[in-house]
Amino acid sequence: MEPIKDHSGPAIVTLDGVTKRFPGIVANDRIDLEIRAGEVHVLLGENGAGKSTLIGMLSGLQQPDEGRILVDGREMPIRSPSHALSLGIGTVFQHNMLVPTLTVAENLALGGRWWQRPKIAELAARVADISRPLGIEINLAARVSELSLGEQQQVEIVRALLRESRLLILDEATSMLTPQGIAELGALMRRLVERGLAVVFITHKLGEAADFGDRVSVLKLGRKVGEIPPEHLRTRDRAELIDEIVAMMFGRQAGDDAVSVPLRAANDDGLLEVRNLSVTPTADAQGLDAVSLSVGSGEILGIAGIDGNGQKQLAEALAGQRPATGGSVMLAGQPLDDLDVGGRRRQGLRYLTDDRLGEGTVGAFPVSVNYFLKQIGEPPLWRSGIERSGEIVARAQDLTRLYDVRTPAVSTPVGRLSGGNIQKVLIARELADGARAVIFNKPTYGLDLANTLATRQRIRDIAGQGLAVLLISTDLEELLSMCHRIAVISQGRLVGIVPNGAGAGERVGRLMIGLAA
Amino acid sequence: MSGEAVRAATLDGSGKDASRRDIRRRLAITLGPLLVSLVLAGCVLLVLGVDPLAYYGFVLDRGLLSPLGVQQTLTRMAPLLFIAAGLIVAFRAGMWNLGGDGQFLLGAVTAAASAPLLVQALPHWLALLVAFLIATSVAMLWSLVPALLRAYQGVNEIITTLMMSFLGVSLANVLVKLLFLDPATTVPQTRTLAVPDRLPRLFETTITSGLVFGLAAIVIVHFVMTRTAFGLKLRTVGANPRAAIHAGLNVPLLTVAVFAISAGLIGIGGAVDIIGIQGNVRADWNPAYGLAVIPVVFLARMNGLAAIAFVFLLSVLSIGGESAARRLGVPQHFTMVLVAIVLITLAIAEYLDHRFNQARKV
Ligand SMILES: Nc1ncnc2c1ncn2[C@@H]1O[C@H](COP(=O)(O)OP(=O)(O)OP(=O)(O)O)[C@@H](O)[C@H]1O
Ligand SMILES: [Mg+2]
Repeated sequence: MEPIKDHSGPAIVTLDGVTKRFPGIVANDRIDLEIRAGEVHVLLGENGAGKSTLIGMLSGLQQPDEGRILVDGREMPIRSPSHALSLGIGTVFQHNMLVPTLTVAENLALGGRWWQRPKIAELAARVADISRPLGIEINLAARVSELSLGEQQQVEIVRALLRESRLLILDEATSMLTPQGIAELGALMRRLVERGLAVVFITHKLGEAADFGDRVSVLKLGRKVGEIPPEHLRTRDRAELIDEIVAMMFGRQAGDDAVSVPLRAANDDGLLEVRNLSVTPTADAQGLDAVSLSVGSGEILGIAGIDGNGQKQLAEALAGQRPATGGSVMLAGQPLDDLDVGGRRRQGLRYLTDDRLGEGTVGAFPVSVNYFLKQIGEPPLWRSGIERSGEIVARAQDLTRLYDVRTPAVSTPVGRLSGGNIQKVLIARELADGARAVIFNKPTYGLDLANTLATRQRIRDIAGQGLAVLLISTDLEELLSMCHRIAVISQGRLVGIVPNGAGAGERVGRLMIGLAA
Repeated sequence: MSGEAVRAATLDGSGKDASRRDIRRRLAITLGPLLVSLVLAGCVLLVLGVDPLAYYGFVLDRGLLSPLGVQQTLTRMAPLLFIAAGLIVAFRAGMWNLGGDGQFLLGAVTAAASAPLLVQALPHWLALLVAFLIATSVAMLWSLVPALLRAYQGVNEIITTLMMSFLGVSLANVLVKLLFLDPATTVPQTRTLAVPDRLPRLFETTITSGLVFGLAAIVIVHFVMTRTAFGLKLRTVGANPRAAIHAGLNVPLLTVAVFAISAGLIGIGGAVDIIGIQGNVRADWNPAYGLAVIPVVFLARMNGLAAIAFVFLLSVLSIGGESAARRLGVPQHFTMVLVAIVLITLAIAEYLDHRFNQARKV
């Protein structure tokens, strides 16, 4: 990478000994942090380290219990999200904050003067200016509830940029972008800081931290355990830096993710057979156009593609959540077409959704109940329809330990957990016994490095046990490191299937942008 | 993990203090607004030219302290408890059954029409049981239209249940005046169920045994909603319908079931009021209990056990208020004014408490 000029300016926001406690946990423990103009400040930390909590205080969602926040060197409690905006702090939150029943344009226009009619035409022009260089396509007329999470995230990024903030905060904003989109966002952040703005960037992908960051701060269990200043950052090469960060975050070598596609027994009977599956497109959402695929026993089939090309529709049609207009789905020779969601699950089909807050969990219910949301009423946790709290708690504690879910107690409402820890709850739920085929939609989204590796290993393990795995991901690296074959989806159609191996990445990439492999 | 666990433990150790403080705060933000509402309602009374202290004294005396009054209060609780139970089922499942009045009246009218005839043909207990079943089924049927519309078409049940309620109230009236009219009297009303044929009274009092059934109903509902798989499914639908679909619950079927149970319980409430207490339905009779119980269920935060206490309070206020209306000339609806003021002040207190909590941390 070319050397970066030193353009760090004065601190826009300073945290001075900021502490935030939640029942049973100190989420932020006397944190000192300086966010300077002209710097991309990368915030790293394991799941539950306290990153989002810190952002919550910077954006006025929450108030610190102790310590001070200084804006431009003066003490300034940030009272509310609108106050934060007026101070020039714009945030893309980890979990989407758009109003699902409104259209994209309406969401972008929210927060304008209430007596003025939103100027949609003007808005459209500005949105185009911002989104074109990012390679983002935004359909202003679409209703948000019909967009995939990745598309919603893009809308949020554009919304934050529209506000022209002095400090832009991105909390895991790249978790659903394609590698291309991530690179563009990195270039954009660079342009912004060159104009003297500041960016706070949270990610779990350490490569991004090394590539885009000017300064790196690492949180661990609520404390700040390290900071890498720009001088230091610039003198290290990428690999060295990542090693250093890993040591800081996990206190050990996390072990790298060797490309190890699990071996499979040489039987090619399709366990999960999909023939000509079709879903009618709506005005806002992609449909499916005669998708056919077959996943063998022990096989991991990847679905690559830019988010919003029908991945969500495919997963939901398979799981029975979305009516298919044609085609058939067979699991181990049994047709599933007439079964509803529960029926397909009983046949051994599992679906890990990527929308952990929207449909994956019930935020107000305790962690324990959320583990078993898909088996309410089944023995042994329920007997004759009456819940056996002792068993439920015991089993939940087992899962919590096994999947390393960081929660004060299993009775804590799941909505209070950090994003990555909610994801672990979902994974634990789908991998519980009785599965024959599992659809994973972005399984490692929001997980920190160690948990990402652990989850990938778990997926390899279940494939090793002979299950069929359909792995939907926007992360090509992930697909290449696990799948036997990779199918590419584009505009609701499978445009090709590539066996994994040398040169596979390139061929998948070509298919994704519409070239022949 | 262990680091966090240790820290969690220490925090919990100091947590006892905090929880006691929390309870005290809860009490303060409940009792404070109650007092404020009494003062506010007192001001309204002053404007009406009534001595508030005399009014409150009277209400307390007639609703709670006098032996006859307290028996009336407990009797009044019987139908109200069934309504509360029905509303809790619906509200916890996120379905706003606002059609309680129609369901209640249809239950009452069909019970009033069938019970006097049935007791002549069947053994007493069986006759009452059949009358109850008829009332329940009619109320359930009445909820079917909103239920199906919501389950399969996604039509908002707030509007449909309200509309069905207007229709139900009118239909009940028409039935009394045309079909179920007692030919033996000149006032338009149904046949009267003789006092010995009604539900037995408790011990040597005038309290109806319907109270026991009502208490049982609401306790069972509370148990079902909090401890069973069925209740958990309903709460899942209520808390996050998309999660319910994702988890494979049959949401349309559950929706219809919720409406049927809710309306059925409310219909039983109507039947209890007739078979246990009134004996007949007069034309144009509509106590509007359904609407009165809604705020009570909210005050109880849809908790069945808490709802018992609030239903008791409502009964005291309404029995006392009815007597006061006769004696002091304060309109009977003043009870509802009082309940409304309590609700508003409670809501304001909660808001202020929230703001105060936020502000304290700044
Ligand atoms: N509103 C809340 N109530 C109670 N506890 C909370 C709340 N918000 C966060 N926490 C707790 O604070 C800790 C830090 O959470 P936070 O969301 O800041 O983590 P994070 O670093 O963003 O993790 P992730 O990478 O998984 O998103 C977690 O243990 C979480 O359970
Ligand atoms: Mg987070």
